[in-house]
Amino acid sequence: MSATAPAGALSIEVAAMSKHFGALTALDAVSLRVRSGTVHALLGENGAGKSTLVKCIMGFYHADQGDLMVDGHVVEVRNPRDAARLGIGMVYQHFTLVPSMTVLENLVMARADVPAVIDWRAERARLNRFLDTMPFRVALDTPVSGLAAGEKQKAEILKQLYLDARFLILDEPTSVLTPQEADEILGLVRGMAAAGRLTILIITHKFREVLAYADVVTVLRRGRLAGGGAVGALSVDQMAALMIGDDRVAAVTERTMSGTGPGAVRLAITDLAVADADGMPAVRGVSLTVRAGEIVGIAGVSGNGQSELVEVLAGQRPASAGTVVVEGEVYRGRRAETQRHHLALLPEEPLRNACVGRMSVADNMAFRQFDRAPYAKGFWLSQAVIRAAARDLITRYRVKTPSPDTPIASLSGGNVQRAVLGRELGGIVHILVAANPVFGLDFAAVADIHAQIVAARNRGAAVLLVSEDLDELLELSDRILVMSEGHIVHETPIASADRTAIGRAMAGH
Amino acid sequence: MSDVALAANLGLWTVPIAVVGGAIRVSTPFLFVSLGELVTEKSGRINLGLEGTLVMGAMSGFAGAWLSGSPWLGVLLAGLVGIALGALHAGICSLPRVNDIAVGIALMLFGTGLAFYLGKPLVQPKAPTLPALPLGWWSDIPQIRAALEVNGLFVIGLVLTPLLRWALSNTRWGMIVRMVGDSAEAARALGYSPLRVRLAATCFGGFMAGVGGSFLSLYYPGSWNEGLSSGQGITAVALVIFARWNPVGCFLASLLFGGAVALGPALQAVGVTAGAYLFNAAPYILTLVILILSSSSRHRIAGAPGELSVTR
Ligand SMILES: Nc1ncnc2c1ncn2[C@@H]1O[C@H](COP(=O)(O)OP(=O)(O)OP(=O)(O)O)[C@@H](O)[C@H]1O
Ligand SMILES: [Mg+2]
Repeated sequence: MSATAPAGALSIEVAAMSKHFGALTALDAVSLRVRSGTVHALLGENGAGKSTLVKCIMGFYHADQGDLMVDGHVVEVRNPRDAARLGIGMVYQHFTLVPSMTVLENLVMARADVPAVIDWRAERARLNRFLDTMPFRVALDTPVSGLAAGEKQKAEILKQLYLDARFLILDEPTSVLTPQEADEILGLVRGMAAAGRLTILIITHKFREVLAYADVVTVLRRGRLAGGGAVGALSVDQMAALMIGDDRVAAVTERTMSGTGPGAVRLAITDLAVADADGMPAVRGVSLTVRAGEIVGIAGVSGNGQSELVEVLAGQRPASAGTVVVEGEVYRGRRAETQRHHLALLPEEPLRNACVGRMSVADNMAFRQFDRAPYAKGFWLSQAVIRAAARDLITRYRVKTPSPDTPIASLSGGNVQRAVLGRELGGIVHILVAANPVFGLDFAAVADIHAQIVAARNRGAAVLLVSEDLDELLELSDRILVMSEGHIVHETPIASADRTAIGRAMAGH
Repeated sequence: MSDVALAANLGLWTVPIAVVGGAIRVSTPFLFVSLGELVTEKSGRINLGLEGTLVMGAMSGFAGAWLSGSPWLGVLLAGLVGIALGALHAGICSLPRVNDIAVGIALMLFGTGLAFYLGKPLVQPKAPTLPALPLGWWSDIPQIRAALEVNGLFVIGLVLTPLLRWALSNTRWGMIVRMVGDSAEAARALGYSPLRVRLAATCFGGFMAGVGGSFLSLYYPGSWNEGLSSGQGITAVALVIFARWNPVGCFLASLLFGGAVALGPALQAVGVTAGAYLFNAAPYILTLVILILSSSSRHRIAGAPGELSVTR
């Protein structure tokens, strides 16, 4: 243990830990040492086993082999409550607050010693005293389902600090945050680590965050320890090489210009108005066009109507006013229409919006086509054809899955995304609608998916790209629109795009 | 009850008085089954097998009262049998790839069949019935006195309703049940086992349904026969959804439903016989109408537990 760190922060050591899911080896004798009071980054491709490793530390999964030591003593952690008692807390990759409960209820229920009868007044007072010592607050009486992603993440972190976590695991804490929010939160925990109150183990795909906030980095590759070291001693290229090994990163695909520039209008939206799930107006009079061979980017802070716009195009939500015209015909999001116009869709949270989690990868990949020849022969489906087509897409789009028959929900996030991408882009594409397509993906997958999108454009598809990541939009788009409070408030061709002006429009000024 | 005789001297007033009395009587099994099912559904499971539990409760409650001579021991036995059936449902549902609705339908048939089989020798005997509280003592009018003969179980249900509502948001147990029902992942991350919590919640639901069933054989109608339940168990499951998972809503919905059931006989008593069958269908029509009016294809049902398979 480091002599400089006061008693607060814990040190943790993992010795030769292995974990199998059926035939799949998710962790293969991984060892890891996290010194107290440090910020330790865990890197690795999608599916490398990062989440599995930390879930084993938390007792959420039970490792098949290996030991866990806390401050030099071997401990047995059977479930997350055991971990909490030891002072180990974790913010999971997927939110684990109860949506229908308020922030207050969630924070109190997370305590290890919830009394049989809860005195809400006393709990509120106690929590308020704690919040007074924190650099940020979250409204206590809002149900979690009503919080924006950034607020939820803050509540998750507050929850762990409220529980007196002295070793905090953060699994991709910033993928749902804006860069400003990410800096605020990481700066905060880094400060607490420096003060010796906390040790941080953080999983991230963003090298920028590793360089700015971490002391030490460990890299996993396909369930094995690939290497690591002090952050100052490793370059980004070295870290990237450790992550992907001999694999090749997709080269940046240039947007090529056909002689005539963008072609005919493929998608035209006029005065579209849409209500959100609570019946409140979310999209208020949006008009836009997308031509063949161009990528139109929609920028904006999440929750300004982008999701509802995409849901209308996906046929998941009815418009309350306005029209959508696709290739000259009115479009209502019907299956026959998407097939006739070759409209492809990459919605956000693909596991929820574009897959049936318990069905197999092969079945999910056949959703667009399963009822037509050659997948269907009259009344009957041909499992053989469905599986063969899936095998082809799995190799072409490099989906890492144990088999085509695995339920798609057990794939890592990046691989679900690839599977959907394969399904949507595998055939002819006239129009592509993509929403946050690289959310939570490792850098190699990002490069890959970006290349696929640009390639679709170069083949003549009209692409509507909705993203919260301005860098992504600036890199890929031909034209950028900014959406704020349900309106398009700014429009610019890429040649004259100005980051400051776009940022200001996003903020609603 | 001589409803027809009452009609003579009170005129049309008979109808509302009889409806109130009938509502209290008829609603009791609905109230118990729906309060129990509410807890089960709050934990993220739906137990359609409660129809079978209800009939088993009626049979075993009657048998218990007959053998022991005490109606309350019968009620207790019915509750215990309900717990056993609840545990069976939860046990089967905790196996992988099992659907709670399918298991519920199987247990509905199993419970009813088993009760008919075991209950064969119980059709003849008379068992002691549950006592009633004469809440109509202040009135001279015999009709009002009769209507306000309130049974003990109803009073227990009445007390239990606000208690349950309070417990669901102010006790550790209530909060854990809600947490498991709304996000099993979140509960697991805090170290609670959704399967175990659901086992307990389903057992509670079974207990309440068993007690509700014993009311049928020990109070009204007050004997055991195979036609005792006319789908009260399954209707109560629907009432929970209708009541939007709120105990007070369950209470009001049970009363409303009970009143609707009592409407047909009350009208017949004052001589309105036209369309008797239609009036007997009133409760079901009422449920359908309210469900349709309060539904929406665009919004989720407010208050629905997130893990419930029917709302997911
Ligand atoms: N519960 C599970 N059942 C079966 N397989 C699983 C399960 N959880 C994870 N896996 C598999 O284990 C491997 C490692 O997954 P893990 O979630 O640890 O990846 P990760 O490194 O966190 O990836 P990402 O960056 O996408 O979050 C993946 O191949 C995944 O499909
Ligand atoms: Mg992960």
